[in-house]
Amino acid sequence: MERMFEWGGGVWGGVGLAALQILAFMVILLVSLAFLLLFDRKVWAAVMMRKGPNVVGPFGLLQAFADFLKFVLKEIIIPAGANKTVFLLAPILSLTLAFIAWAVIPVAPGWVIADLNVGVLYLFAISSLGVYGIIMGGWASNSKYPFLGGLRSAAQMVSYEVSIGFVIITVLLLVGSMNLTDVVDAQKGGFWNWHVFLLTPSKIALFPVMLVMFVIFFVSALAETNRPPFDLPEAESELVAGYQVEYSSTPYLLFMIGEYLNIVLMCAMLTILFFGGWHPPWPAPDMEPGSIASLLGALMFAAKVIFFFFLFALVKAVVPRYRYDQLMRLGWKIFLPTSLAAVVIVSGYVVFALPRAAG
Amino acid sequence: MQLIAFYILSTVVLLSAFLVIAARNPVHSVLWLISAFFASSGLLVLIGAEFLAMLLVVVYVGAVAVLFLFVVMMLDVDFVELKQGFLNYLPAGALIALALLAEIGVVAAATAAREASGFDPSPGADTNAEALSRVLYTDNLMLFQLAGLILLVAMMGAIVLTLRKRPGVRRQNISEQTNRRREDAVQLKDVRPGQGI
Repeated sequence: MERMFEWGGGVWGGVGLAALQILAFMVILLVSLAFLLLFDRKVWAAVMMRKGPNVVGPFGLLQAFADFLKFVLKEIIIPAGANKTVFLLAPILSLTLAFIAWAVIPVAPGWVIADLNVGVLYLFAISSLGVYGIIMGGWASNSKYPFLGGLRSAAQMVSYEVSIGFVIITVLLLVGSMNLTDVVDAQKGGFWNWHVFLLTPSKIALFPVMLVMFVIFFVSALAETNRPPFDLPEAESELVAGYQVEYSSTPYLLFMIGEYLNIVLMCAMLTILFFGGWHPPWPAPDMEPGSIASLLGALMFAAKVIFFFFLFALVKAVVPRYRYDQLMRLGWKIFLPTSLAAVVIVSGYVVFALPRAAG
Repeated sequence: MQLIAFYILSTVVLLSAFLVIAARNPVHSVLWLISAFFASSGLLVLIGAEFLAMLLVVVYVGAVAVLFLFVVMMLDVDFVELKQGFLNYLPAGALIALALLAEIGVVAAATAAREASGFDPSPGADTNAEALSRVLYTDNLMLFQLAGLILLVAMMGAIVLTLRKRPGVRRQNISEQTNRRREDAVQLKDVRPGQGI
């Protein structure tokens, strides 16, 4: 795989260049996150026929930056009975995990920090670690509401990870590779090759299966990121604010940025696994890595991510919160059997119906 | 570069493994255990077994350790009482530790004899995942299925042991609820004033 930059200047030069890439990517992510936060609130407000944030800057564009300053300048309060180290470690951990998952996301051809062979597994592994920040925060606060929130979140995230894993397996079976760039490239040449609308003649029999898989992935992504309607770990009517109750100022900010980064990550995963990544919905010539076309590819990728983020925001505004037992029932009794059956169907189809290269 | 990474990671593994038993708070022990798992998956990446490394993180760190943490956090452990039996268990623990140390020594000697530099993480295949799945699903399919069957039996055993039927419990029947029609639930009564129903 070609990279955006050549790795020059010996080992340490390569490390320095990689650090620069990572820094640039982080800054871009954080700045776009600031506007996505505002976008989230604006969508939410529009559904309720409010105006939303509109005072700071034109159309409230600088609201997120004002919030950031407010959080950073406030005093950090650590509860007297809290386990101090774990209490402060939890938000740092959840932010770090949210960031390192982005290392394998291919934004455009060649625009990826680490093009791992097991990229999908890496993403899955890192997203399954996200639960630690929440449990540690809930436990270290030494308070009842955060603890209950942490417990709920642990059970919820572990349950929905299972169905996410099976959905990812169906996509991997179709692609035949765990490299995210390969996953995206398998979907080039128009929206009928995207895994969500799989209308290619050789795979059209799997169209309904993959559509259901997409829906399951979307709903599980909502549950995995503790977004409404599955925001039970922080349900304000039951648990005040769940695991975040005792957090204030910068630690709270870290938690919140981590949470939103995870949401955007899930949007990026939806884009990559089901909506063709950087490929436009019409047949387009191959993009050279590092060319103007690949910049357009990055914009296409961003547009798709923003579309999914819009869906996440809309769901938050229009769907009422689930009850906890219903959440567990949905995860274990509906999604798990469905996705398990889909894995069997897809793998059977790939083995017996698709023409395979000899090997 | 690889050597530096190896020494950093193995220091982290050893240190966290020591702190698992040295930490006073059991929750801290589990957190150190997670750190040890994570660093050993880094070691696996270093020798080129990236699939195995990711699997270690997904299974042990992402699922098993979460359940550990879940259970340990809910226990109200008395630390003083926990430390009292320490000397009684010391001989048995030391014996097990010695046995494990001897095993590691045997493995290290065998690897050194075979020249560890010629280690191939994915023999006979392009990727680590392919080599592993060939061993699991083609060469040793029966044994693998048997292992799965044993796990299934264990799970069924756990369910049978904990399942109990209590009388007088009202269970939610989702299909009954969603199939409920207006006629089943609502009854119109013509109530005359002063008479009641």
